Amino acid sequence: MRSIRKVLAVAVASAAVLALAACSSQGGARNESAAEGQRYTIAMVTHEQAGDTFWDKIRAGAEDAARLHNIDLKYSNNEQGPEQATLVQNAVDSKVHGLAVTLSSADAVIPVAKKAADAGIPVVAFNQGLDQYKQAGAKMYFGSDESLAGQTVGQKLTQMNPGGKTLCVIQAQGSVALETRCAGVKKGYANTENIQVNGADLPSVQQTLNAKLAEDRSISNIVTLGAPIAMAALQAQQGTGSTARIATFDLNQDAAKAIQDGKIAFSVDQQPYVQGYLAVESLWLNLSNGNDIGGGKPTLTGPSIVDSSNIGQILPYTQANKR
Amino acid sequence: MSTPTADAGPAGAPSPTAESQPPRPSEARSVSARLFARPETGTVVAAVAIFAFFFAIAEPFRTFDSFATVLYASSTIGIVAVGVALLMIGGEFDLSSGVAVTTSALTAALVTYQLSLNMWVGVVLSLAMALLVGFINGWLVVRTGIPSFLITLSMFFILRGANIGVTKGLTGTVATDNASELDGFASAHALFASDIPLGFMTVKITVLWWIVLAAAGSWILFRTRLGNWIFAAGGNAASARAVGVPVNKVKIGLFMGVGFVGWILGMHILFNFSSVQSGLGVGNELIYIVAAVVGGCLLTGGFGSAIGAALGAFILGMTTQGIVFAGFDPNWFFTFLGAMLLLAVVLNLYIKNYASTRK
Repeated sequence: MRSIRKVLAVAVASAAVLALAACSSQGGARNESAAEGQRYTIAMVTHEQAGDTFWDKIRAGAEDAARLHNIDLKYSNNEQGPEQATLVQNAVDSKVHGLAVTLSSADAVIPVAKKAADAGIPVVAFNQGLDQYKQAGAKMYFGSDESLAGQTVGQKLTQMNPGGKTLCVIQAQGSVALETRCAGVKKGYANTENIQVNGADLPSVQQTLNAKLAEDRSISNIVTLGAPIAMAALQAQQGTGSTARIATFDLNQDAAKAIQDGKIAFSVDQQPYVQGYLAVESLWLNLSNGNDIGGGKPTLTGPSIVDSSNIGQILPYTQANKR
Repeated sequence: MSTPTADAGPAGAPSPTAESQPPRPSEARSVSARLFARPETGTVVAAVAIFAFFFAIAEPFRTFDSFATVLYASSTIGIVAVGVALLMIGGEFDLSSGVAVTTSALTAALVTYQLSLNMWVGVVLSLAMALLVGFINGWLVVRTGIPSFLITLSMFFILRGANIGVTKGLTGTVATDNASELDGFASAHALFASDIPLGFMTVKITVLWWIVLAAAGSWILFRTRLGNWIFAAGGNAASARAVGVPVNKVKIGLFMGVGFVGWILGMHILFNFSSVQSGLGVGNELIYIVAAVVGGCLLTGGFGSAIGAALGAFILGMTTQGIVFAGFDPNWFFTFLGAMLLLAVVLNLYIKNYASTRK
């Protein structure tokens, strides 16, 4: 019998240690401030792959809006559709006041988001789900139109550098959004070829592009779909002595610097900070004031073109993790 | 109900006991000592500790709705973890199980939609496909003698690429078309993805599959001759062969068993979400292995239990959802997950050592 007690003591002790360690966590009923009116809890569930600069900006925007209105923001993420759907269900179980969700895996996430809307939780979609957000019962959508953004890039390249060949770099296999962007580029610039790289492994991106640029000298434009990939493409371009012009989607500090130095022609920014900010802000307006934004139509946060003409103003913001 | 290993030799008459783990002297011992020698005892203690922890700190965790979600998250791990546990007790390893789940779902969706067939044709064909993948894994392992780690790693890459390549080739996109309009979808949905109302909460049917598979796996391991063969093949293949155990057949059967349970989860994903994204499942193979190990399976084979693996899946389900219910910073998600797993594994080891040193 002593043996069982010993084991139980170990179990209880370890649970106690864990419980103590968790006492400092923020949010929850104990930390609710009764100071100013109602404190809302808003869940944000995304398809972020952890540790991505782009998503960090979405979260920065969401957190800024939450701080402004004293909102308890519960953020969770999983890149696999079924898992993301479970996290949305988790938010519904937690009885949150509002839900902001990305519809990257539309078929997986829509039914459960609809469940939240039917339970009376206001839902907004952002970043992805332009065509499906209404099926999910979402009142509003904040994000960019991937096809339109792609076409913008293609048309701008046609103006700058017609009659060449464009390489469109897809950094994640099986992403509908990335495929749509490249299809848009092709609409704006007919001679466009796609290439697959592994975005989780930047050295391999550089090696793949090195090989491609060395093999095909006719490439005059490179379009990358994310700022880190643009930097790898820049390395490859310099390594092979290619004169191809680089255009990219999205921004980070390095890419902004490269635009200022004239190494990258331009970027189409979908303004992730704005997506995160508006998703939370709009829910707050809806909860506290019954508003909706967009007149029943999606609200576009991009494409916003960043090039040599306006980079001077924007560069400081990239350093503050806001663009 | 077919059992996961349909062709691995006839299951003989139930043998009264399955004394096959090496560190078990067979003289009568006290009840508590015998309890502690069971592979899943540590897992039960860890599960109770983790449940108590989240129950104490996370208010939303305390409702039945939340518990239903935790059970669902656990079941989608546990269904496959049971098959993986049996395979690991048999001394082998499968790194292709995560993407094989997606292969099953894609096969059913693509075949039926492209040829406008009844959904059940796809269900049956994808089962054949899943069993074939398992057979190839097993056959290559026993024929070549190359460690299963390497064989199934190759299979993982092959399937990961084929999932996306074939889908893109047939549909022009990277997800399958929505299959919910096809004949037979509703009945298949009822079997693989329906909700079971219990009055105080509504659970997904996967929870039932999870429990049934855990029970079936346990019965095979401890009540059939096949179970003895699995322990023997994983404990010491050479001695097992010497006493006439068909080790090769058993191992191939176990790989096919993993194919079978992966197929069940694949069907759930297809019928729950109506379409399948081709990039799913990568990385889940490790989650299934972790669930089996937390449940008391040894990496070296010859020891473990199906019930333990099911409980290991429950620990993972509680942890993944509990972290969110508790509102921890998601940047630290995997650190919490790792700490919880470490706790569970250490507790397991402590109890196992305690049991085997006690006289």
